[in-house]
Amino acid sequence: MTASLTRREALAAGFGTVLLPATLSAQPAQKPAELKIGVTTFLSGPASVFGVPSRKACEMLVEQINAAGGVAGVPLRAIFVDEGPGTDHLVGEFRRLVQSEGVQVMFQAISSGSCLACTPLSRELQRVTILWDCGTQRIFEENRWDYAFRTQGYGTPEVLAPLLYLLRKKPDFRTVAVINQDYAWGRDSWELWKAGMDALKPGVRVVAEMFPRFGSTDFSTEITRLLALRPDVILSTSWGGELVTLVRQATERRLHERSMFVLPVAEASLPTLGRSMPEGHIIGTRGDHWNNHPAPANPQLFNGFVNAYRQKYNEWPIYPCHHMAQALWALKAALEKAVAAKNGGWPSDAELANAFRGLTFPTPTSTITLREDGQGLEDQIVGLSSFNDRFPFSVPKEMMLYTGAQISAPVGQKSTDWLKTLKPDFIQSAGRSI
Amino acid sequence: MSGPDHRSANPPREASLRGDPGTGRGGLDRPRHPMRKIEPVLAILLAAALIAAAIAAPWLRFVLTIALAKGIAVLGIMLLLRAGQVSFGHALYVAFGAYIVAFLAPKLNDAVVLLAVAAVGAGLLGLVIGLFVTRYRQIFFGMLNLAMSMVFYSLLEKLYHITKGSDGIRVEIPPVAGQVLDRVAYEWTIFGIALGLALVLGLLLRLYLASPMGEALAGIKTRETRLEFMGVPARGVLLSAYVISAVVGGIGGALIAMTSRHVTPLLAYWTGSGELVFIAILGGAGGVLGPFLGAAAYELVRVYAAASFADAWQLILGSVLLLVILFAPGGLWGMAARAIGGRGR
Repeated sequence: MTASLTRREALAAGFGTVLLPATLSAQPAQKPAELKIGVTTFLSGPASVFGVPSRKACEMLVEQINAAGGVAGVPLRAIFVDEGPGTDHLVGEFRRLVQSEGVQVMFQAISSGSCLACTPLSRELQRVTILWDCGTQRIFEENRWDYAFRTQGYGTPEVLAPLLYLLRKKPDFRTVAVINQDYAWGRDSWELWKAGMDALKPGVRVVAEMFPRFGSTDFSTEITRLLALRPDVILSTSWGGELVTLVRQATERRLHERSMFVLPVAEASLPTLGRSMPEGHIIGTRGDHWNNHPAPANPQLFNGFVNAYRQKYNEWPIYPCHHMAQALWALKAALEKAVAAKNGGWPSDAELANAFRGLTFPTPTSTITLREDGQGLEDQIVGLSSFNDRFPFSVPKEMMLYTGAQISAPVGQKSTDWLKTLKPDFIQSAGRSI
Repeated sequence: MSGPDHRSANPPREASLRGDPGTGRGGLDRPRHPMRKIEPVLAILLAAALIAAAIAAPWLRFVLTIALAKGIAVLGIMLLLRAGQVSFGHALYVAFGAYIVAFLAPKLNDAVVLLAVAAVGAGLLGLVIGLFVTRYRQIFFGMLNLAMSMVFYSLLEKLYHITKGSDGIRVEIPPVAGQVLDRVAYEWTIFGIALGLALVLGLLLRLYLASPMGEALAGIKTRETRLEFMGVPARGVLLSAYVISAVVGGIGGALIAMTSRHVTPLLAYWTGSGELVFIAILGGAGGVLGPFLGAAAYELVRVYAAASFADAWQLILGSVLLLVILFAPGGLWGMAARAIGGRGR
């Protein structure tokens, strides 16, 4: 058995490591040698289908930015943290990154639950926090945050855009069914859809509200019911592997021939679905960054990003990659703005946060403005699933673009209240074909 | 009926006040005898180390508070392990305590009151559930507990409009004993409360385990019929231990809610229960310090593994457990006992 000396050594080493990070926690007041960003993303669990590609995108972009001299002359370093273990772990990790690693900017998170738990920390620790992917409308509607900003759209426009598109393309539908994952996003997105639909087209009958267990792998009961009910439209905001399973099982039983699917989060699952995705159904991407975007604002940058990602990782980027990129571009724009405002001096946390408020930064496809409340206004593009010879998977056609400002709830208003005020003539005035 | 010859087989390290038979036979509870005198000293040393670490690294204060809270909850698991019963559902009481805090914080608005309510609430729930799960033993006991916690988990997810589903409920900083505190003072206070409760509850459970009620738990493990022959109601013994384990679970959950200040249904998920059993095995069921050793080791391993290998922290955690099971079946506490007492396994 082991001698007592080694045990003592092990103990000493153990407590040594416990105490070590404290020495690193001193905060530089001037220009740092590198800018550390803490990124929370799913590296385990079902949502790692989003988390792992987004991390790859982050690593690639950080590499590119550093090769070009960094942001305001400072190289970036991304530190990744797994969201998988749950909230109490993540809240601890957030503190560790800020207080021990000296992370200057936090990027969080994919899960809305993570965002709701971590955003208050941005205020407590006074550290700029970018909400890079989560979609819950509760963050900026229930509270005001000085250090938190969301550099992409959120649930309301992401649900409203497909709804408006449906009302434009298939105005005569009379019945709708919903099959969403049984957790907050599934419930929230249905509530948003219902509020919008009742205002824009009163009288639509909801024939089924189904919330199969989160992580389900068998939808045969739900599909049987849908086959019997024959709704005109089936909404599902499911994502990832579950959406793949749902679509495969539904198409096998030809559900797609009777009803039209509306899948606002389809894009990330389309490469997996490949040719098994049926044509002519409404698909969304939580933004405007379709790989076949017909007219990106900066085609060179857009193709550069997509091609570099494909070359490096041998797969097509999906929307979380673009959301990650948006967060980095926003950081770059804000930091350069803040440094310029100080005539080359390095901004404090508060000054950096101020630079984010009202910031308009370019993305390859468009621009995004961070509103006064911190919410980003991202355009939404929705289309019908179709195939062409450029892509081995489904991409949208007959695309409509909805500008972020048009379909987001105004500052200070709750989404569900705002959606109830919409008038049917909004269907024709909103959006434009591209 | 008494065992007249067991003293020779079991040398008297400590003058026992009772002539009760059949204790000290199981592998798990043997090391505690040589350790009993050192235990308080070790507890104080461990507490001092925790305080030193929390002062030296502010972010560790959070991790260690969580570790203390989980340690308190695992005390309950250890209690049931004494009776040879493994509960795979004690996350139920942790989550129940946490949700009591989340729901009642706006109304009661005092951390001390909330802690008391969480303890009583979890205790009552434990009594109701305990009334029938204590009819069962071994795998049936474990699985029934698991079922209960998963029912609670599903309720938390399904009753979306009340519980906010998987998004969870945020807990604002409550005043502590009427004192409104700023964030840093509050975190120190909760850390202090957790440490104080850990010491007090550890002491109380130590007394409980040394009492006839506590000693009878080992009887349930070895041969329950003998207990009944002696006129000790096995179900009553197990039920009381179960209710105590629910109470400490509720306290642990309330502390977790007050520390992470965001409560999600994940607390009640079976992995939460598994984590508690994991910590109990890691720490060792030999003494009341075991759960705290285990919880501190678990949280620190997880944090450092996650920090160093964001991809592979589960693998590291699993390897640590495997190593402990293979080479130190008595857990960290057993290792400590072997180091200090020179025997025990």
